[in-house]
Amino acid sequence: MPGNLIEIRSVAKVYGRGDAAVHALSDVSLSVADGEFAAVVGPSGSGKSTLMHILGCLDIPSSGEYWFAGEDVSRMSESQLARVRNRRIGFVFQQFHLLPSLSAWRNVELPLLYRSAEQRRQAALDALGQVGLADRVNHRPTELSGGQQQRVAIARALVTNPDLILADEPTGNLDSNSSREVLAILRGLNEGGRTVVLITHDPNVAAIPRRVFTMSDGRLSEGVAA
Amino acid sequence: MSLLRTFQTGLRGLTGHRLRSILTTLGILFGVAAVISTVGIGKASADSVTSRIASLGTNLLTISPGSTFAGGVFGGGGSANTLTMDDVRGLRSKDNAPDIQAVAPVVQTRKSLVSISSNWSTSVQGSTPDWLITNARTVSQGSFFTNADVASHKQSVVLGTTTATNLGVSIGDSVTIGPAAFQVIGILTQSGGLAFQNGDDLAVVPITTAQDELTGGSPNSVQRVLLSATSSGTVGSAYQEADQLLLATHHINTAANADFTITSQSSVLSTASAVTNTLTILLASVAAISLLVGGIGVMNIMLVSVTERTSEIGLRKALGATPGDLLRQFLFEAAILSVLGGLMGVALALVAGALVPRFTSIAVTITPEPVLIAVAVAAAVGLVFGVYPAMRAARLAPIEALRAE
Repeated sequence: MPGNLIEIRSVAKVYGRGDAAVHALSDVSLSVADGEFAAVVGPSGSGKSTLMHILGCLDIPSSGEYWFAGEDVSRMSESQLARVRNRRIGFVFQQFHLLPSLSAWRNVELPLLYRSAEQRRQAALDALGQVGLADRVNHRPTELSGGQQQRVAIARALVTNPDLILADEPTGNLDSNSSREVLAILRGLNEGGRTVVLITHDPNVAAIPRRVFTMSDGRLSEGVAA
Repeated sequence: MSLLRTFQTGLRGLTGHRLRSILTTLGILFGVAAVISTVGIGKASADSVTSRIASLGTNLLTISPGSTFAGGVFGGGGSANTLTMDDVRGLRSKDNAPDIQAVAPVVQTRKSLVSISSNWSTSVQGSTPDWLITNARTVSQGSFFTNADVASHKQSVVLGTTTATNLGVSIGDSVTIGPAAFQVIGILTQSGGLAFQNGDDLAVVPITTAQDELTGGSPNSVQRVLLSATSSGTVGSAYQEADQLLLATHHINTAANADFTITSQSSVLSTASAVTNTLTILLASVAAISLLVGGIGVMNIMLVSVTERTSEIGLRKALGATPGDLLRQFLFEAAILSVLGGLMGVALALVAGALVPRFTSIAVTITPEPVLIAVAVAAAVGLVFGVYPAMRAARLAPIEALRAE
């Protein structure tokens, strides 16, 4: 199916065995076309994080198929998954996950270390420029505000020029001003043609034209649940 | 990820925790320094013992009167006078002792030597020309006295270089020893440093003259007899021949009652080197254990590091690091710590090796082998003890690792 970046068919994820088994995802199907902005909402414990791990190739489904950019990633080895993550996916986390001992541009450079890339510093500086932090490239994460740290993290997700930006509660640790800034950057990236999947319950996201999916008890449905 | 970049990443990981990294290297540092310096001290003492003994000649057998156990009580009734010139003549017989090359009877005393300009107290030995062979010495200037000189009780003296220098004499000068004046006819070639008995500070005169003028006592008795075997392979048979001959000459039936003792330099040498080798191995093992403890320290710190950096590991995995990348990164960190500690240990050992002999009487000989081995072992220790923590890091599931805060 050309144009569909994400194609998930009847995916289930079960943790544990027997009586202790937890069905985190049951019969989830999802298609996201290239260039779309998809928001996944739902209460905590509904399986949002598990879905995000599968979408991000950080974990593989227990059953079902996951085709990402035309490749079947549900059968890949750990090293192959690492390659897909490095080439095609940019992650933005709620906790930022910046390395405190490295400066902003060194943090942004990190994903480029795991591929053969030339001029890594220039690429990192360009990405920081895109998120408006050209004047903070040598700052350590502890010298930056929460909003600035998340923008560094977005620059790190951008620097590899990925097919998909996968953001897991990116505004969960930010005040509303910073949240709006971060969402505006994500919206801008989407308008520039990049596919964005956002897992959130931030009401500010309503300002962005998007498809909305709701997770509830491990099941996914399109639209906002009543 | 290329090896160079992995190395840089590992290095950055270490500089991020500077104090911890330095403390970890200390274990390896002292382990390596201890190994190198103990082996160095062992080597120095082994060298000095070996050279002291070897300089006496490995073909040498020494016959001393009496034995420590018999004390001469069963023998001639006096422990110091059981060896005679008759024994010497018997040992010289090629028929009875074919494996003995040279026989040098020795009488020895300590005397003051007086020259025109100076006086000097030293050991004066009376012997025969065979003394040169048994002691493995040569004459650098002039000549040694001859058998004819011995027979004619000639008042000639051959000096060691130290003695000659201190007396300020050269060939042809006259030196007064005790009541008599001697003419200097030869200077011995320098023998090198002998700390126990200085081989360059002595005077040698014909044994007959020594008995006349210096030692007194019976002209037939000698204090000890030096024997030289025809080669190092015949030392054993030379020993047997001398033993049988003296037992027969002294009319002693059982070897246990012998009124003389024969010692061979090669047996002393092998005993001494076995002792110093054992000591060196003992010291080096203790030091090696400290190196091992240092390695375990590296493992501990790396394990702490992996646990503490769980979220970093998860992040790196999310960004595309393969298990192999992380395995190499943490192995590199462990290896850098150990090699760095090893090199600093070498530096410390070299400094100690230069300073210790200057301020104490302990000699240290640092050779390249233990240095290379210690550094290689330190690197190996780092890799071996780094493998387990690195595997823990590589195996962490990315989602578990990301969840840790």
